[in-house]
Amino acid sequence: MSLLGEDVMTEDGEFVINMGPQHPSTHGVLHLKVWLDGEIIKKVQPHLGYIHRSIEKMSENLSYRNFIFATSRMDYLSAHMNNEACALTVEKGLAVEVPARAKVIRTLMAELTRLSSHQLWWGCTGLDLGAVTPFFYAFREREAINGIMEETCGARLTQNYMVPGGVMFDLHPNFQARTKEVIKQIKDKFDEYDQLLTGNVIFEQRTKGVGYISKEDAVSWGCTGPMARASGVSCDIRKLFPYSAYDQVKFEEILDTGGDCYARYMVRMAEMKQSVSIIEQLIDTIPEGEFQAKTKAVIKLPKGEFYQRVETARGELGVYIVSDGAASPYRVKYRSPNFSNLSALPHMSKGAKIGDLVAIMATIDLVIPDVDR
Amino acid sequence: MTKEELKQSLSTHLPTATFDEAGEFLNIIVTPAELLPLMKDLRGKSEYNFDYLFCLTCVDWKDHFMMVYHLMSKDHKHVLVVKAKITDRNKPEVETVCHIWRTAEFHEREVFDLFGVTFLNHPDLRRLFLEEGWPGWPLRKDYVDENMIEI
Repeated sequence: MSLLGEDVMTEDGEFVINMGPQHPSTHGVLHLKVWLDGEIIKKVQPHLGYIHRSIEKMSENLSYRNFIFATSRMDYLSAHMNNEACALTVEKGLAVEVPARAKVIRTLMAELTRLSSHQLWWGCTGLDLGAVTPFFYAFREREAINGIMEETCGARLTQNYMVPGGVMFDLHPNFQARTKEVIKQIKDKFDEYDQLLTGNVIFEQRTKGVGYISKEDAVSWGCTGPMARASGVSCDIRKLFPYSAYDQVKFEEILDTGGDCYARYMVRMAEMKQSVSIIEQLIDTIPEGEFQAKTKAVIKLPKGEFYQRVETARGELGVYIVSDGAASPYRVKYRSPNFSNLSALPHMSKGAKIGDLVAIMATIDLVIPDVDR
Repeated sequence: MTKEELKQSLSTHLPTATFDEAGEFLNIIVTPAELLPLMKDLRGKSEYNFDYLFCLTCVDWKDHFMMVYHLMSKDHKHVLVVKAKITDRNKPEVETVCHIWRTAEFHEREVFDLFGVTFLNHPDLRRLFLEEGWPGWPLRKDYVDENMIEI
């Protein structure tokens, strides 16, 4: 029985269609098999693995310095946070204290990444729902952030800036001034974002009440990030288990109780403003000093198990390292946010219309390489 | 509950279990047969109330498999790691927990796909990433593939 060669009509008169793996709204090579009764979705079955590279297996043969960089290719929009999670796990194993300057740099970079990730999501959500214009506006600001990244890290997308003990190099001299400038520019644009999409009648009708998931279901399905917070689940790792410099800044976890696509949209919009506020709190007070703690050239973790979680732009990323004392990990497991968030999709889309499936996928904010790993 | 309280409570609840406190979280190690009743109690009893399964995986220790479940309670804020030691390497089997935590359905399919552990009573146990008929279980330590290069 092949995946695509099955009968397209079931005995109950349900129509079976394949959405993806090449479909503009699946944001990557995701293959959804959809059972339809007219326009109503009866069942959805995700088929994964089109971009499975077995990063976990590869990591078993890489050193503790090298395995970090493979994770940039998981959730490539949160590359910084993925790297940070791995670096923090190794530091936990080594019991290394990261210099204060490196902690603040990490947090600044993570929030800039979150901002640019949410901007891409905002643009693509509009695109998925038929509004082309927001995409160009979102990318205008995103480009500015990518420029900052390029200047300091040397890369725009897969920055590979985190190393065990701190960051790879010091900040570029222009970093502070340029970040302030970009932040100011972005702040002025939030009203424009709302005018373009948030208040739009068509947009609201396509998202309000669509793709509902309750608080209990969100916890049971392991949903995290903005998706779970839109259902009222308190799950912000930055707040619950602060790491890097998140204990030095003031911010409140953003919660909504709507549980639908519109609530998820509103949570992410508020998170963009929150990221701007966190950056503003830190940008003028970056401590002087070392940017990297001294670590041995060949890192060996003591025997044992280490677990670290961070909040990426999509939710909780957990890194679980089992060490047998050698120079490379015995087993690495990435608990990726998208994997669990996607598993709730069949539940959320049952009974919805086929057109709503696109809205639901857009507001889950899927990045497929993070699902497949 | 704190780590100690949790250990106290669990050791009276399940006297045959062993504990490991070396790491960050409390570990409880049980046999596959004990797993499902224990998991039901951990979810159902109000003093434990582990409602969030945040990580589910398996580790191949060459002579046995270790299933690892990271559990957290959203109300009590305590974390527990449950481990089930599967000694039969030729026919690794364990009960599914996807009726307790729905997220386990996908995670168990991933473990089945990459380790070949069979989850009894799982509603839809198929390969998740690899195609049907893929030879072997890639995350096992004895897996060999003609395309693998020794570094």
